[in-house]
Amino acid sequence: MSTNVDAIVIGGGIHGCSTALHLCLAGLKPVLIEKDYAGRHASGVNAGGVRQLARHIPEIPLSIRSMGIWEKISDLLDDDCSFESYGQVLVAENEDELAICRARVAELNALGFTHEELIDAAELRRLVPAVAETCPGGIVSRRDGAANPAQTTTAFRRKAELLGATVREGVAADNIRHRDGLWHVDVGSESFAAPVLVNAAGAWAGRIAADLGEPVPVETVAPMLMITSRVLHFIDPVVILRGRKLSFKQFKNGTVLIGGGHLATPDQERNETVLDWKSLATSARTVFELFPVMRSATIVRAWAGIEARMKDDLPVFGPSSRHKGLYHQFGFSLHGFQLGPGAGAVMAELIVNGGTQTRIGDLGIDRFHPSTL
Amino acid sequence: MTVAPKREAYDMVVIGAGPAGLAAAATSAEAGLSTLLLDENVGPGGQVFRAIASTPVTERNQLGADYWVGADLVQALRASGAEIIHRATVWSLDRNLDIAVSIGGASAFVKAKRVILATGALERPFPIPGWTLPGVMTAGAAQTMLKSSALVPDGRTVIAGQGPLLWLLAAQILRLGGRIDRILDTTERGNYFAALPHAFAFLTSPYFAKGLSMMREVKAKVQVVSGVTELAASGDGQLASVSYVAGGKRETIAADLLLLHQGVVPNVNLAMSAGIEHRWDDLQLCWSPVLDASGNSSVAGIAIAGDGAGIGGANAAVVRGRIAACAAVEALAPAAAAKVPAMAMLRSDLAKAERGRVFLDTLFRPAPHFRIPSGDTIVCRCEEVTAKDVLDSVAIGATGPNQLKAYRRTGMGPCQGRLCGLTVTELMAQARGKSPQEIGYYRLRAPVKPITLAELAAVPKSEADVRAVVRG
Repeated sequence: MSTNVDAIVIGGGIHGCSTALHLCLAGLKPVLIEKDYAGRHASGVNAGGVRQLARHIPEIPLSIRSMGIWEKISDLLDDDCSFESYGQVLVAENEDELAICRARVAELNALGFTHEELIDAAELRRLVPAVAETCPGGIVSRRDGAANPAQTTTAFRRKAELLGATVREGVAADNIRHRDGLWHVDVGSESFAAPVLVNAAGAWAGRIAADLGEPVPVETVAPMLMITSRVLHFIDPVVILRGRKLSFKQFKNGTVLIGGGHLATPDQERNETVLDWKSLATSARTVFELFPVMRSATIVRAWAGIEARMKDDLPVFGPSSRHKGLYHQFGFSLHGFQLGPGAGAVMAELIVNGGTQTRIGDLGIDRFHPSTL
Repeated sequence: MTVAPKREAYDMVVIGAGPAGLAAAATSAEAGLSTLLLDENVGPGGQVFRAIASTPVTERNQLGADYWVGADLVQALRASGAEIIHRATVWSLDRNLDIAVSIGGASAFVKAKRVILATGALERPFPIPGWTLPGVMTAGAAQTMLKSSALVPDGRTVIAGQGPLLWLLAAQILRLGGRIDRILDTTERGNYFAALPHAFAFLTSPYFAKGLSMMREVKAKVQVVSGVTELAASGDGQLASVSYVAGGKRETIAADLLLLHQGVVPNVNLAMSAGIEHRWDDLQLCWSPVLDASGNSSVAGIAIAGDGAGIGGANAAVVRGRIAACAAVEALAPAAAAKVPAMAMLRSDLAKAERGRVFLDTLFRPAPHFRIPSGDTIVCRCEEVTAKDVLDSVAIGATGPNQLKAYRRTGMGPCQGRLCGLTVTELMAQARGKSPQEIGYYRLRAPVKPITLAELAAVPKSEADVRAVVRG
């Protein structure tokens, strides 16, 4: 005996939770299925960067759409998600890198995007006083910031449930099938049926797509992060580097998060990751050189979240090219957190209205499989 | 002097030089396995035999005969040819048996074919009102000072709690001329009846006579209040008084020092961070690793011995250390198996050493109200989260310790849950009407002990980095 709902969302990351919430806001009753618990993987343990800065051009419209939601996140979720907006700064460590920055900003301006702004050494020093004096400038995106990822994902889940979403955690979606115009999914001893299925299963989404006849070039990765003990406040914006792998953020409580995309070895079956300390040491060396104030800070914890990375680094976002009622929302390739709120809103528009004003055409799965619909 | 490991890879790396680690490393090295023993302290002994090679306490009777057993273990280890490094803090171990260790402010990486974790026990959290005040400390911390520096309390001192170590510490303090004003025994009356069926094994165990004479010795000199059902420390920025309820009567006494102790639990942080499966032990009320009869864990190649494998005391720890090492020798160098003690003999030694343990566990099972606090009592010291804060988070959807991190920063401070983990699990289990096993524990990650950024930045570069530099 199946329970009929309006939509089945697989995956309790920020994307699945956001889509479930926005479907509720549109008056639908979705079920959200999460094999562990909401925010267990990358969505809950990422760096929390809320960043329009340095994005691939095809996802900039979605990122800008999302930024508007982030700025009113308390209104949407009744939770501030610890979101704060002190900008994000991309640091050029030498003149060559600054030249690349200059070209990038010019390219964006020509396309009509103005969120990235070239800055000189003086403005860089004003924004990031602690940065090494040899850096000649960079790019700032002033509306950017950071949020607490676990708090945010949990808040989306909670609000979705409050507005009528059915949430099933701790049991994986199984036996996904399309029959008589409806999608059927088993969850333990239960079974749900709906005209709409959203595949937002993160690192597990590629398998679901492949099983439904839409394989894509995707791998499972686990970017590492580490956090330090509290140090005196010395920096407000999030800092990322142009040339080396590093992102850097100090929280209100003084702890400093160091990331940048060095990878651990994921073990998807076990929900585990094995950290690579030699790569983390590379991050430590970069911080050591750029922020002398950090040298005596202690590293309290390091971790990695499991997620999906596409070969072309762009998410798979939009309707299936093979099946009616199937939508994909995965493969955010280490930069999906900021997109979560906007992607949920846009996905709900695609499902409810059949289209959206936000330009997402380059993100579809039809870039791998010409549509047969 | 700072000594880095001599090799990059060993047959056997033993972590911790308490009773289990000393015995394991000696057994392994005697059989010819290349063996490295890494230990955090300045000398061998762990907590039980702390400062065994250096203690200024020379009057043997003051620390008791059991303490000096450690000297024989150290001697055997030194003769075995094992490489021993002290002040060596292992801060990472993973399922590939890659080990990161900090020695004198510099980190090194070593790889092992087998690892024996002998990281021992921690004192169980004792979250009463006021337990975070200066002037309140654990009995274990007091014992550390006593053994390594012969320091004993001289102000108004109250000892509260229960368990064999509490009585041992009290006896040691008194023998060294220290001051104890009162002992508040929190053992639940009902425990005496519950323990009764196990009493025969205990009566015939080596613990019995020793324990009894120690308690007599202490009771002759100090006022002992039994049946304490409530306990609180108070003071303005510093401990000033201890109040308690016994037999329905409340009393408050002035105090400069309150020593708390309600037993020890396995120190699971390194094992859990390596991905080893643990289960809730309903008798000992703690997480214990899932192990086979030789101490092998769920991660291939890693065995656990000593109190880290489940509290069993020093004698059992020594035998479990030998058993784990013998199993490793059988696997890595079967030809050398003749050089190590026979497994059958060790197993019978273990049965002897574990005799009486169930009685002690049952008798000294801490009462729920001393494990599961309420109201404004601090649960997580690092982030100053109270019991009420945790319950409020449960009410709006936090389901377990890891989910709680989305609401409160419990367990995310420098102690990595050592001081709050058990309390959080039991508190959430009670609030949600679930078992601790269902509620679970923090996912623990390296570094298991903090290291400085400068130290991490200084580790040898990876081959990939070196190649990148060469290519320019």
